Amino acid sequence: MEETKYMNPYLAGFLLGLLLVATIYITGRGLGASGAVKSIAVTTVEAIAPSHAENAKFYQEYKKVHAGSPLKNWLVFEVLGLLIGAFVSGLISERLRFRLEHGPHITAKVRIISAIFGGMLFGFGAQLGRGCTSGAALSGMAVMSTGGIITMFAIFGGAYLFAAFFRKLWL
Amino acid sequence: MGPLVPDVVSNEFNLIVALVIGFLFGVILEQAGFSTSKKLVGMFYGYDFTVLRVFFTAGFVAMIGVIILDHFGLLDVNLIYINPTYVGPAIVGGVIMGLGFVIGGFCPGTSICASAIGKIDAMYFVLGTVLGILIFAEGYPLWEAFYKSGYAGTPRIFETLGISQSLFAFLLTAVALISFWLTSIIENKINGVKKPAIRFTPYYMGLTLVGVLVAVSAFMFPPRKSYYLEKINDAKFVNSYPVKKMTVDEFAFRIVDKDKKMVILDFRPLDEYKKMSLPNSVSYTVDNFFEKEPHRFLRIRHRRYVFVANDEMTERKMAVLAMELGYQNIEILEGGLNKFKKEILNFKRTREPKNKIEAATFKFREEAKVIIPELIKENKPKGPIKKKLKRVIGGC
Repeated sequence: MEETKYMNPYLAGFLLGLLLVATIYITGRGLGASGAVKSIAVTTVEAIAPSHAENAKFYQEYKKVHAGSPLKNWLVFEVLGLLIGAFVSGLISERLRFRLEHGPHITAKVRIISAIFGGMLFGFGAQLGRGCTSGAALSGMAVMSTGGIITMFAIFGGAYLFAAFFRKLWL
Repeated sequence: MGPLVPDVVSNEFNLIVALVIGFLFGVILEQAGFSTSKKLVGMFYGYDFTVLRVFFTAGFVAMIGVIILDHFGLLDVNLIYINPTYVGPAIVGGVIMGLGFVIGGFCPGTSICASAIGKIDAMYFVLGTVLGILIFAEGYPLWEAFYKSGYAGTPRIFETLGISQSLFAFLLTAVALISFWLTSIIENKINGVKKPAIRFTPYYMGLTLVGVLVAVSAFMFPPRKSYYLEKINDAKFVNSYPVKKMTVDEFAFRIVDKDKKMVILDFRPLDEYKKMSLPNSVSYTVDNFFEKEPHRFLRIRHRRYVFVANDEMTERKMAVLAMELGYQNIEILEGGLNKFKKEILNFKRTREPKNKIEAATFKFREEAKVIIPELIKENKPKGPIKKKLKRVIGGC
């Protein structure tokens, strides 16, 4: 299969770095991703089980920090932009198409299960670590936050630690 | 001075800014190849280190960018969001995320990016993320204690390590460059590529040159604050600087007259200020000139800012500093508060006035001597300018 050419990684990194500086300069905060997913999760719970959302401590604490509708949130708008941006980029580079990518030795079903399971771990870990690769590791590194940098090393260290056990999924 | 939110960019408009920033974020991630799990996990199996390259380049470019903005006084780092440090949860959460990374092949940001171009596995990953968050939310009482343990404030890494900020930035950049080189060797070995790991194309040279120039410029120019402080320590320079002076009589008259246009900036130590503060005065320090909120205070038009201190030299220094920083309508009190106290508050007629003008002055001083102490008594000291601005709330 023909590979569409990607941007030079150093150039992409440089641009991403500049974007992050601009973000910090304008808004005083960094980039993020899992926070938006959290907003959506909280909104879903509030819609389906409002009384539960009022009583459970997690949602109460969330409400305390984020006043107003969880969807009127900086990260939700940022991620909305991310979706559009990625879509436009895929459109321009002719990479738009529905497909399920998986390693050569596993079935689509295994890939789906592993994707869900991996996402679950990531979602859970991002709550515990107060941010994901974007919000804690990358943005934390930009502002030299000790916590962010610890999280960054833990993510990459953890991934290398477990990589050997999941080789079959990918190679 | 940054951050521009909330005074230059309003909180509402900030959401539109978020949309634009997100758009660019999405374009960069997609163009870099972050929309395929094969490329993302390549880093962990050694066949594709794109992620590491993009991530680290972005990380140190942003880090150096923030340092430079701070260095030139363009960004108040006391206001930006610094991720708090909770040691245990950061490590455990990070390792769990790492595990999720090798199993799922994405991280939250990249999975959203990949979903946007139709990757079905990425959509399942996003679904998984939602489930993971819900599990965390529902089981919250079980891990709440751990989640809140190990709090260490919001230290910055160079503080934790006890080294200077620039040294850390330098070390990190060096580590990143070495890792780029090493990973290129590993990558070529695994993929059986014979090309040299690093090629000095004009492209890379250009990028490196820009980086080096920016870094050197930061070393060449001293931080803005120390540059100015050094300047005002030069007595010759300060004395030759044209500074508008207000006589003690005019000063006293404006106080008695309750002139609202005159704002007094009191540079005495805070405890002295608290004991005796003039009406319509605030306590001010050298540091205030470099902070966001007090900085705005000095920018209001049609005001006359009178700098006072016990002696005129201190007033003069501060006024020169303020004018060098571009503030206008600055005046100082002639002879400082010492002269003001002597000639107004403790005025004593030691001789007969020589002429009519002097007679009027003496008469005024005798009145002011009674009125001003009362005004001082009535005045509730406003204290230093409060830093009303709170740190921005950020994070995921």
